Amino acid sequence: MALRDKQGRPLVAVTGMGVVTSLGQGKDDTWAALTAGQSGIHRIERFPTEGLRTTIAGTIDSVDVEPFCAPMLSERLAMLAGEEAVGQSGLASSDFPGALFIAVPPVEMEWPQREALAEASGQGGEVTYKDLLKAAATGRFKPWHDLFIFGTVADRVADRFGTRGSPISLSTACSSGATAIQLGVEAIRRGETDAALCIGTDGSVNPESLVRFSLLSALSTQNENPEGASKPFSKNRDGFVMGEGGAALVLENAESAMARGAKILGYVLGCGEKGDGFHRTRSSPDGMPAITAIREALTDAGLAPDDIDYINAHGTSTPENDKMEAMSCTAVFGERMANLPISSNKSMIGHTLTAAGAVEAVMSLMTIGTSRIAPTINYQVPDPAIPLDVVPNVARDASVNYVLSNSFGFGGQNTCLVFGAEPKLMY
Amino acid sequence: MRDVVITGVGLVSSAGEGLEAHLTALAGGTPNTDAASFEPFPVHPAVTLEWDRQIPKKSDQRQMEPWQKLGCYAAGLALDAAGAKEDAALKGRMQLIVSAGGGERDYAVDGQILTGLRQADNPGVFLNERLMGDLRPTLFLAQLSNLLAGNISIVHGVTGASRTFMGEESSGVDAIRIARERIASGQDDIFLVGGSYNAERPDVLLIYEMGSFLWKKPYTSVWERPAQGGGMILGSGGCFLVLESREHAAARGAKPLAAIAGVASDRSRRQPGSVEGALHGLSRQLGAKPDVVISGATGIKGITDEERAALKDITPGAAIHATGDLVGHTMEAQAPIGVALAAGLIAGGQAGEALVTSIGHWRGEGAIRLTKA
Repeated sequence: MALRDKQGRPLVAVTGMGVVTSLGQGKDDTWAALTAGQSGIHRIERFPTEGLRTTIAGTIDSVDVEPFCAPMLSERLAMLAGEEAVGQSGLASSDFPGALFIAVPPVEMEWPQREALAEASGQGGEVTYKDLLKAAATGRFKPWHDLFIFGTVADRVADRFGTRGSPISLSTACSSGATAIQLGVEAIRRGETDAALCIGTDGSVNPESLVRFSLLSALSTQNENPEGASKPFSKNRDGFVMGEGGAALVLENAESAMARGAKILGYVLGCGEKGDGFHRTRSSPDGMPAITAIREALTDAGLAPDDIDYINAHGTSTPENDKMEAMSCTAVFGERMANLPISSNKSMIGHTLTAAGAVEAVMSLMTIGTSRIAPTINYQVPDPAIPLDVVPNVARDASVNYVLSNSFGFGGQNTCLVFGAEPKLMY
Repeated sequence: MRDVVITGVGLVSSAGEGLEAHLTALAGGTPNTDAASFEPFPVHPAVTLEWDRQIPKKSDQRQMEPWQKLGCYAAGLALDAAGAKEDAALKGRMQLIVSAGGGERDYAVDGQILTGLRQADNPGVFLNERLMGDLRPTLFLAQLSNLLAGNISIVHGVTGASRTFMGEESSGVDAIRIARERIASGQDDIFLVGGSYNAERPDVLLIYEMGSFLWKKPYTSVWERPAQGGGMILGSGGCFLVLESREHAAARGAKPLAAIAGVASDRSRRQPGSVEGALHGLSRQLGAKPDVVISGATGIKGITDEERAALKDITPGAAIHATGDLVGHTMEAQAPIGVALAAGLIAGGQAGEALVTSIGHWRGEGAIRLTKA
């Protein structure tokens, strides 16, 4: 088999994967739950929910960190996923021979820390930032500088795995995880490195981040039955459910992976992206940017639309996304879209935001590896406007060689990845 | 590998608007400093800008907080300077990498909530109710790191695709590094790269004051501060660069200011001597022989002295300018601003080769080598 693609670039193999979601820790447990159609969405117990419109999420409650805050949890989830992925790859566990690309949620100080500063200031009347600054000057809060700056999660993960060079922390909103993989693929193709550790992580379900999405009317408010709230592609879908997760992929130049006898789990064959300048939260009505991103990913992979066996959907369960995604896929795949399986992992784990593209990349490769497609659960009321084979409610056995994974985000972000069991043979 | 050249610079800061204003300021004088607004913390405030000139729609301006407006404005200036502003097709395939932190908070709301939390019977519920009631719904979009890129796509039509890098100073160096590599390898032809920073914000002052990184005396040169305890003065500003392959620039008749000969970045485990060692390493990696250095020195004790010592060894004869003494420390925008100034000096014939340094206040070391186009 040729170890370069049609454009003469090194093939990019996946040799390790790790994941943690609200369904479990490790890709095997998570995959078993996903293919059993289980939901990880539940009532939020981490903080009081009275006064909120949405009181459910796919939080990960089994992981303890101190102090409890988004950067600490995100770091821990990245570590857990990274350890599983690097462990599976067989590469050195703390001397990783390549770069780190990590999608992290934008961090900032949280309310417990602001309250501690307010208290330390001794201000008995109206609290202002002047008081918080006064408390900061005591030097008692020094570790919080490191904790709440943007590069810290990446720095600690880079320390843990001994990755090379300057780690890249990135955000492309809800397509961040896919962008982390894309950056790794590109670095290997350019020959800068033979290995890349690509991670997406998000542990940011806290009151303020939930309220922010809530105020944009992005979240499902169907709180009565948490497991049933995320309903991608259903007519009664009413928003996404926030989820937490971490996922890691070890990418390697296929030639060096084979030379060291690594087991290859699949290939990242193509990446496509396109910006959208239409609106901050809505996509172009003609779907052109998403359509372009899908086509670019297929072209980059050297595949035709007919080669794709399954689409791992962005499928957030918002009225807007699912309609736009269905329209864009139909534009690319044509009539075949009526029978091409497309399912959304988010129906079970919610929208893991910054991590989603990486979590769903792992699930796409699990689909290839196990010849089984995870379902879209909660599909009780089909939307006649978007007739799709969403693999409703029950997993399905199928031979899957090529998967398209879609990721779309606020700010005009559209990133699509194509995974394959093998590269398509060249003639 | 293809040569990568700079064909447009957009720059705003406390020193003014545009590259020329900054080169004039670089030639002499002291920076514009506001010692009163955030006393005891001096900041270098952005000059007043006529936003309409680069962000024509008021509705767009209303959706942005100052950090985004500074960046969006600077991006528009860069597109103008590169002769790309009116070319919709070119902007439609132009790639974008932004180095960004996060956006402003609503300080009044934060204060009211903190005041109320003290007496609240049920603090958790009080917090929920106040956040739901008092946060402006669109404020989130002004806070999200990747929405500076989103606004540039909307306002200026730069829609190849965007990626936002985070991680303080390093993100600025790595944004330029990755853009350069993608052009050099032939993956893409043209990029808009840069970042912006608003220093006139109590929440960012708070983060750096917690870490004891801020200078609390009247403005003094970054090189003089370590002897008096050291510290940085944050500055507001934005800088974007149009980078493209030499062939692409020539084909569209764009005149390069300078070439980016190399970008190197790493992170050392900080201990005495590590920054000095890192700078020697980066300089060797780049084969740097500059006659001018644009330093991103912060004024922080230890690392500033180490940088000065390293630069003395590396470039004994070179003129050394610190961006901190011109516009203050602009965090994610600091490396792009250094590159813009270096490109301006080279284009004006005042330098043949320049080295831009970026030693992060807490982590990350980077350097960029510019040569004549």
